[in-house]
Amino acid sequence: MAEQDKILQDVTQSDYKYGFVTDIETDIIEKGLNEEVIRTIWEKKKEPDFMLDFRLDAFRKWQKMKMPDWAYLKIPPIDFQAISYYAAPVQKPKYNSIDEVDPELIETFNKLGIPLEEQKVLAGVAVDVVMDSVSVKTTFKEVLAEKGIIFCSFSDALQEHPELVRKYIGQAVPVADNFFAALNSAVFSDGSFCYIPKGVRCPMELSTYFRINAANTGQFERTLIVADDDSYVSYLEGCTAPMRDENQLHAAVVEIIALDRAEVKYSTVQNWYPGDKDGIGGIYNFVTKRGVCRGVSSKISWTQVETGSAITWKYPSCILLGDNSIGEFNSVAVTNHHQQADTGTKMIHIGKNTKSTIVSKGISAGKSDNTYRGLVKVMPGAINSRNFSQCDSLLLNDTCGAHTFPYIEVGNKSSVVEHEATTSKIGEDQIFYCNQRGIDTEKAIGMIINGYAKEVLNKLPMEFAVEAQKLLQISLEGSVG
Amino acid sequence: MLSIKNLYVSVEGQEILKGINLEVKPGEIHAIMGPNGSGKSTLANVLAGREEYEVTAGEVIYQGEDLLGKSPEDRAKEGIFLSFQYPVEIPGVPMVNFLKTSVNEHRKHRGEKELTAGEFLKLMREKMDLVDLHPQLTNRSVNEGFSGGEKKKNEIFQMALLEPKLAILDETDSGLDIDALKTVAHGVNALKSPETSTIVVTHYQRLLDYIVPDFVHILYNGKIVKTAGKELALELEEKGYDWIKKDN
Amino acid sequence: MSVLTEKADVSLQYVSLFNESKSKLNGGSSDILNSRRNKAFQDFVKQGIPTRRNENYKYTNLQPAFAFDYQVSFQKPQTEIAGEEIFRCDVPQLDTHHAVLLNGWFGNQNQSKDLPAGIIFESLETAAVKYADLIKNLYGSLADTAADPLVALNTAFAKDGYFLYVPKTVYLEKPLQIISLLKSENGAFSTQRNLVVVDQGAKAQMILCNHTLNLNRYLSNSVTEVFVGENAHFEYFNVQNQHNNSTLLNNVFVKQESNSVVSVHTVSLHGGLIRNNLKVTLNGENGEANLFGLAFPDKKQHTDNFIQVEHAKPHCQSNQLFKYVLNDNSTGAFSGKIHVARDAQKTNAFQRNNNLLLTDTASMQTKPQLIIDADDVKCSHGATVGQIDELALFYLRSRGIEEKMARLMMMNAFAHEVVQEIKVEALRERIDELIEKRLNGDVARCHECNYNCECS
Repeated sequence: MAEQDKILQDVTQSDYKYGFVTDIETDIIEKGLNEEVIRTIWEKKKEPDFMLDFRLDAFRKWQKMKMPDWAYLKIPPIDFQAISYYAAPVQKPKYNSIDEVDPELIETFNKLGIPLEEQKVLAGVAVDVVMDSVSVKTTFKEVLAEKGIIFCSFSDALQEHPELVRKYIGQAVPVADNFFAALNSAVFSDGSFCYIPKGVRCPMELSTYFRINAANTGQFERTLIVADDDSYVSYLEGCTAPMRDENQLHAAVVEIIALDRAEVKYSTVQNWYPGDKDGIGGIYNFVTKRGVCRGVSSKISWTQVETGSAITWKYPSCILLGDNSIGEFNSVAVTNHHQQADTGTKMIHIGKNTKSTIVSKGISAGKSDNTYRGLVKVMPGAINSRNFSQCDSLLLNDTCGAHTFPYIEVGNKSSVVEHEATTSKIGEDQIFYCNQRGIDTEKAIGMIINGYAKEVLNKLPMEFAVEAQKLLQISLEGSVG
Repeated sequence: MLSIKNLYVSVEGQEILKGINLEVKPGEIHAIMGPNGSGKSTLANVLAGREEYEVTAGEVIYQGEDLLGKSPEDRAKEGIFLSFQYPVEIPGVPMVNFLKTSVNEHRKHRGEKELTAGEFLKLMREKMDLVDLHPQLTNRSVNEGFSGGEKKKNEIFQMALLEPKLAILDETDSGLDIDALKTVAHGVNALKSPETSTIVVTHYQRLLDYIVPDFVHILYNGKIVKTAGKELALELEEKGYDWIKKDN
Repeated sequence: MSVLTEKADVSLQYVSLFNESKSKLNGGSSDILNSRRNKAFQDFVKQGIPTRRNENYKYTNLQPAFAFDYQVSFQKPQTEIAGEEIFRCDVPQLDTHHAVLLNGWFGNQNQSKDLPAGIIFESLETAAVKYADLIKNLYGSLADTAADPLVALNTAFAKDGYFLYVPKTVYLEKPLQIISLLKSENGAFSTQRNLVVVDQGAKAQMILCNHTLNLNRYLSNSVTEVFVGENAHFEYFNVQNQHNNSTLLNNVFVKQESNSVVSVHTVSLHGGLIRNNLKVTLNGENGEANLFGLAFPDKKQHTDNFIQVEHAKPHCQSNQLFKYVLNDNSTGAFSGKIHVARDAQKTNAFQRNNNLLLTDTASMQTKPQLIIDADDVKCSHGATVGQIDELALFYLRSRGIEEKMARLMMMNAFAHEVVQEIKVEALRERIDELIEKRLNGDVARCHECNYNCECS
């Protein structure tokens, strides 16, 4: 027991290694939110006219909405007027070469393990780097362009492909979908855009790396991925933020549209600053992610490893509209100290013969609360649909909580929905068995947790899986009480 | 008794049987052998009327009538018995209840009086000895908690109760040790008469040491590629299925 | 105070009813009941008749049921149900002490003369006066008016119901049977309030049968508070069999002390709208709670079981098993919440909800939930919505069993897993029989029943 306490001590004092601040010149607008601010954002970004309507429509709807209170979260009041809604690293409008990028910025991303120089970039991964909601650099753009793939910042997309953006924006997440999506639609500053043309299999992993840097700002980025008929893409998302005592708001939107027989894999390793061991600081992460399997036999799979943020409110979902379409959700969510997570998914079966799978693994430690919340809805017309859900929770001590709130709604007789959930503590017999074979408790717990999460980690692309495994170790190692 | 002509069968759009022809006369034992995935179980299930198997062409005449238009229960009552490769567990349905209903449905079909509970229990005890099935198993739900061997014995026990005209044994030997195999074969042989026929579907030759076939057919890739007497099974055992695959 | 204008108008109907009936409500009732009315009424006004925006009533729309203009009476009905009519609902081979309640009122003719010494079984209205010391600290202590509008409404209008007291270490050999009947010329809004105390080491079984005696519209809102002492055993069976125009709102709250064992069986055979709110609190170590439910809605019926199990103390065990067979245009809802409190270590809590949909127009909504705040626990839940296993059906048919019969066998088997948990043999057999009839498409009426409630 004493040893376990010591391990716990070590871990609780281990630092968030991405907590540094980059000292670069930032363009921040005044705090506060009103129609003027939205016009300013729109002007600063020189967006097409339809975006002003889109933003104002969202803002007006947002003003009439209330913050959702149904999640199993204690959310301190957020003063939406005390946030600056636009912060961007001051930079030249376009870089001609890597030499023009602020060296401080390059250094930042090197520290984060995301080199911006293409020769150093991980082979096979194209990266769009977003700092304080503004895309600073997209790698491998040209290579991808040869295949007709568009992968660029959202701002560039609005300049270069306004018709595509206009056609698909808000299709998966309508402007007034929820409080945070409406806020994002009103003020989002940048993000990534990706279009895979008909019949194209994207030759490399596409990746967006998000970084919050500036203080007193919120990050509101937006990602839109469109996979045309018979195309395939695997997309990765990573994120970090500096350690600050005050909480920062992150309210992102990710939309995916998959057309006939298209497949999109979206993987996230979420590592926003979680706050310190006493629960001071950390990111409030309110994210709306939704994919629409619009085409027949299309497939969208979400894989997430959630270790960061003080508060996580996130339900990557699939609307299975096309017949025979498939949705997947695979999640590992870890909470420690005072973190709170309410995460899960929605699988809405509309088309015939649609299938969905949900695998959720929650791990709670410290004084945290970890909640799975999910909806599986089978519409009367979605005949012969299938869902299988497995939601497991692991509790590492007696001061944390693990909660499961699934909603299952089935409206026809030919569909089958199965849900299973278990909650238990880490097996003492398993630890003992490892000990008896000469493996110390800390390693044993690491092994057991990795084994527990493996089903999900295996769904991640290789480089990400390794990263995620390390992250799990750091977040939890030995935190058994 | 049974005449299969040019039978084509698909499962979920994939063609499994591609033109099967087979004649089974009363009193005959036919063995159908073949490598995994050749369509043996499909043939067995189609004859019993399983709905997922779609007949796309051909016909099956059983006792002078078209078989394919009939429901599974009508086929059963007219004497077709399928011993399942994987007998289905049905939690909550007591064995006794299931068997009594089944026996009485058969009796009604033949215009016989239904058995009372007492008569049925007597019949059950009689038939149970044949396959050496533990009487306690009938207190459980259908196949629930039965070992692999017990499940197969239970199939033969049901066959004894229902006295079929055409028994189809689908991989009845799989998962059985040698003693259980002998017991099962003994049961099958004891139920044999000059009026009844048997189709034995099997991957291995060893069951055929105990249930001696009149004909051996080799099914490969949805077609019967070779037919001969019982010696074919031995030849196959010796040369392996690659011998067949090479020639086809 | 709430803004009533925001609430649907149906709530106002009950607000005025309360304001108009205050003197009738207080008249003749014990202070124990009367002292709770105002607070309960305030709580009702705050919440109103629940709409589907209320998370706890997300899947059950009570508005139409409450919108009807029911006949309401706050006085004991003069008519008594004749003795021979009671026996229509009797279970053969089952010897019980029985009592009849009409529209929520405890019948005067109910005699408890053959009950073992010390057992009190009578009208709550009179018991609240006669045994005030026994009741005053218990009444309303489980049924929280602030937490549920139906409880608030019941507490505001409560006049009568039954009171059962089983003293320490007394074993009640025969089950108590309560036949709760609804009969009125113009339909009725009935409020029934019950209190059960099974003291330390005592043992009792109770069978509650809900029936309607004609096809008028009824809305019955009952609250039952059950206190089970240390080492006590209590089994509670509720057979719900009402017609399609009836609304049955059944709120049961159980509090168990250490080493006690409680089983609650709810069989919803027939009824227009049935909502069972059941909350069990395991308030002592080594307690065990077993909660079972079966529902067979068809036509446009709706059945909702809303279950909460509160593990407040360590070393307790709870099991929930609820099964639905849904036919025609019926809808079913299930919500099962297990909460394991911070220090309730070594908890074992299990929950399962399985549902069969027989048609494309029936639907099922299920919401199994786990809220776990202790780590040394084994908790699980499972929910399935599906059909009869086609392979098993084929197996039965391949043995010569007709498809209809095979389906019936499968449905019976499905239900039997729950029925077999009924330990009172005669009752189990009767319920098995009723279920078989029900699944056969018959109205599950006891065969002696003369009431021709065709349940249109």
